[in-house]
Amino acid sequence: MNIPEELGYTKEHEWVRFNDDGTVTMGITEFATDQLGDVVYVDLPPVGTTVRQFEKFGEIESVKAVSELFSGISGEVVEVNEKLGDQPELVNSDPYGEGWMLRVRPSNPAERDNLLSAADYGALTA
Amino acid sequence: MAERTALFGCHQAAGARFVDFNGWDMPVQYTSILAEHRAVRSHAGIFDTSHMGQIAVRGQDAGAWLDWLLPNDIAGLAIGQARYSPLLADDGGTLDDLMVYRLSDEDYLVVVNAGGRAGDLAWFEEHRRGAVDIEPRYADRAMIAVQGPAAVDVVAALAEDGLATLPRFAIRPAKVAGRSVLAARTGYTGEDGLELFLSGSDAPAVWDTLLGAGVTPCGLGARDTLRLEAGLPLYGNELDRTTNPYEAGLGWTVKLAKPAFIGKEALIAVKASGPARTLVGFRVEDRGIARHGHPVLVDGQPAGVVTSGSYTPTVDAAIGMAYLPTPAAVVGAPIQIVVRDRPLAARIVPRPFYRRER
Repeated sequence: MNIPEELGYTKEHEWVRFNDDGTVTMGITEFATDQLGDVVYVDLPPVGTTVRQFEKFGEIESVKAVSELFSGISGEVVEVNEKLGDQPELVNSDPYGEGWMLRVRPSNPAERDNLLSAADYGALTA
Repeated sequence: MAERTALFGCHQAAGARFVDFNGWDMPVQYTSILAEHRAVRSHAGIFDTSHMGQIAVRGQDAGAWLDWLLPNDIAGLAIGQARYSPLLADDGGTLDDLMVYRLSDEDYLVVVNAGGRAGDLAWFEEHRRGAVDIEPRYADRAMIAVQGPAAVDVVAALAEDGLATLPRFAIRPAKVAGRSVLAARTGYTGEDGLELFLSGSDAPAVWDTLLGAGVTPCGLGARDTLRLEAGLPLYGNELDRTTNPYEAGLGWTVKLAKPAFIGKEALIAVKASGPARTLVGFRVEDRGIARHGHPVLVDGQPAGVVTSGSYTPTVDAAIGMAYLPTPAAVVGAPIQIVVRDRPLAARIVPRPFYRRER
């Protein structure tokens, strides 16, 4: 299972990437997509929404099940992956790349310390 | 400990993901529900349906007894023919739904749902009359469904004796991959195909030979989206103890002209008054997916509940079925489905959602 070293993780299987411009990008892990199966619908909040760390920001549905999405960090949504509207399968095919979900401007960058490292997340899903 | 079919090892070797289904450890998917679904619509898929109950009903009175036990016409079933029927209680409620295959003059194979098998057997014994022998033979029997536009040709190429000409809803003995099977031109996917009944010890070899011939292994996930697109009811969803065949759109299985069958008096009354509710198909027009148990609103008021719902790939939309009061069950009418407190716009559409080209 692919768990990129440079990302932070939640126990709920979201990943967080810290970008050079101070924003963060979020999505769900390959482990999560493997558990879910074929993703057919992703419900994301609009730009401008305030999200809170470890609180629900959206929903993801596979053929068989619906799951909640939890934010890896608190802040304001500055960009949403609109491609997922027509191509939710990108979450399966490229969870850490084309399947990203939100870009957020963090309100408290210190929350980064609350995230799991790749090693800790790997241990959680082993 | 869940029961395992004779094909469990084949599924494990293929990397299947398993789910408990009515006490059976069954493959839900091998690679992807969507890919497996598409394989059945475009070419051929293979399903392990060995969890279904296979019950032998034999004896001088077997045909007459089944004709009384079931609302559909079994007395008129020719040797080598199959027929679908619900199994009803005296009040017309549905206990299970099943297929009856007439194998010879006094030998019938009844195939029931995995979840209904124990209750059905008890019901059969309780209502047994005349010279009828009932034998559950699930333990050593397997069942493989091969479904899709290429399915019959693929199986026929592995059979000794021209299975391609087997008519729809017919069954006969055959040899597939050198093994003795009963081959029936029936299925539960909305596609042409065959269902093979065979011994558990022969099943893995037949399964592997079919895989080698290019059919795609499919799990219960694809089986569910395929039958939903085909508008076929699933016991426990569209059918249960509280539903009768008229409201489920299965009036064609009720032969009121027969002298007697269990549930007849109750169904005469339902037919006379018309069913209070009717099973409809719907398509979700907003973004979102309706699922089993979600409330349905008509004119903003609670009117029913979704029995089955999913995104399905051939229709490429979120579709489903629901019971609505009969006056509201009008094709084209707008309804709403409440998905996690959010009402989604949907519209009643004809069933089936998908019909294969013939």
